[in-house]
Amino acid sequence: MTVEAASVRVVQPVRALKRTQRSPLASVGLHGALVVASLIAVFPVFWVLVTSFKPDAKAVETTPKLVNDSSLANYGRILAGEKGDFLAWFGNSVLIALMTTVVAVFLSATTGYAASRFRFPGKRSLMLSFLVVQMFPFAVLIVPLYNILLELGLQGTSLGLVLVYCTTAVPFCTYMLKGYFDTIPTDIDEAGRVDGLSPFGVFWRLVLPLARPGLAVTAFYAFLTAWGEVAFASAFLSAADESKTLAVGLQVFVQQNRTEWGHLAAASILVAIPAIVVFYLVQKFLVTGLSSGAVKG
Amino acid sequence: MRRFLDRHWYAYAMVLPVVVVIAVLVLFPLAQGVFFTFTDINEGNIANPILDRPATYVSVGLDNYLNVLSGDASYGAFWSTLVRTLIWTLACVFFHYTIGLGLALLLNRQVRGRAVYRVLLILPWAVPAFISAFAWKYMFNAQYGIINQGLRFLGLDDPPVWLGQSDWALVAVIIVNVWLGVPFMMVALLGGLQSIPGDLYEAAEVDGATPWQRFRNVTLPGLRSVSSTVVLLGIIWTFNMFAIIYLITGPNPNTRILVTYAFERFFSGASRDFAVASTYGVLILSVLLVFAGVYRRALRKQGEVW
Repeated sequence: MTVEAASVRVVQPVRALKRTQRSPLASVGLHGALVVASLIAVFPVFWVLVTSFKPDAKAVETTPKLVNDSSLANYGRILAGEKGDFLAWFGNSVLIALMTTVVAVFLSATTGYAASRFRFPGKRSLMLSFLVVQMFPFAVLIVPLYNILLELGLQGTSLGLVLVYCTTAVPFCTYMLKGYFDTIPTDIDEAGRVDGLSPFGVFWRLVLPLARPGLAVTAFYAFLTAWGEVAFASAFLSAADESKTLAVGLQVFVQQNRTEWGHLAAASILVAIPAIVVFYLVQKFLVTGLSSGAVKG
Repeated sequence: MRRFLDRHWYAYAMVLPVVVVIAVLVLFPLAQGVFFTFTDINEGNIANPILDRPATYVSVGLDNYLNVLSGDASYGAFWSTLVRTLIWTLACVFFHYTIGLGLALLLNRQVRGRAVYRVLLILPWAVPAFISAFAWKYMFNAQYGIINQGLRFLGLDDPPVWLGQSDWALVAVIIVNVWLGVPFMMVALLGGLQSIPGDLYEAAEVDGATPWQRFRNVTLPGLRSVSSTVVLLGIIWTFNMFAIIYLITGPNPNTRILVTYAFERFFSGASRDFAVASTYGVLILSVLLVFAGVYRRALRKQGEVW
């Protein structure tokens, strides 16, 4: 026992040493590749930010400059509602995205837990059907869905849209969470049962708190699904300006023959901020949460 | 029966809400959508409760399928659209995977500032897709777009008109979608890399394996199950990816793929042809189901059942 421990201790510094002993040339190459990739990843967002301060006319000049009559005027006009009821769209999007997140995380957590812990007839076909559901093109669903929402009285309402988004978000979220629950030892469940908790109690009080990274990733995914969706939102929400989501409303800046790029960019930045905030909050969980989940399938 | 319920009721209780939602909002619409493909349903003859108008569409048998599969241009030139869809899908997923894997390998090393690089590289995922679409559309503009400005600066006097009526438009939307999809692959593969035990690399090193041999014989096999899942999902998602093309090039026939055409049929035009849109939907689903079946069989042959 002691021998083994000692040998482990010897091995590790050796490996650590090796890793740091990368040749300077390799280091430059490594950082160079990462810097270039990061620039490409960030540049479009940066360019939108730069454009958002320019007046519409300056945004389409043929010699791009970083600063060109830049001011906060675009933001002011958008927030003041001169270009359509931006704040109402924003509110609708926040409401729909948050509701989708809550419902999708709840549904996929219960389903993922059942699929991870219990053996029950129909489990395999359930998981398989989740995969198949991802393949359904909305083109075949959109007309019948419209009819169903109409009959349920949900057509044109946020709740209808939330349910539709859940059908796209829940299958993948369930896969992720099932994988995450699989990594939590079942001993914990058994200990909870011995202490007199019901199966739901075990799930609610023991497993969910331990699964926080997985839940965070799921929430991120569900939020983004709802926040950025265009097709269903433009088909299912009523045409009234105050019921639009951002994805639909922002189309007013793109008219037939010209685009108000300055205003569009400013609105885009306002829309991207909540998504990036959510992203920043969960990003440290992203690798562990996604890998133990999606990955094992 | 009683014992059966006693044993499984909590499992079913936990699964039930999802099953109900999916049955009502996916399976039932699917059945109805398949039914629509045998009719001539459109905006003018669908039942409309608001106007209190009953449905007056009639069955047309297999006409929709025959029309679409004939490849006629007025029905979206199905076969050439299918080929374009395949080019789009394969190109996107290929670059997603290779670039994603490359970046994941770099990020998996001990490198200073790794957390910062990771945040920056995942950023495209966090930006809503319609914003990215606007941003790229702006950058791709032939006259004032920054991309062509850059190309001119580099001495290319006659840079392509990216979003015009040529295959450059397809190249442009592929570039955008690659930019958009790499972070997901990178994060998933990074997770996969971190789950490969370090001893395997040490053992390989002791045995004198070159870095390339270590990559081929340790890394790639270790990533097999991750890769097979994310590649399958990637292909399904890309095949049905609609927002990017729709928002960047609109109804440009050079970037038309099956999904965008179905949406054109559904949304634009005076008649809003629901029947042909649904027919396209059913054909898309069939292609994907056949593909998934083949894919699964191929995996199983290599000894991996999933």
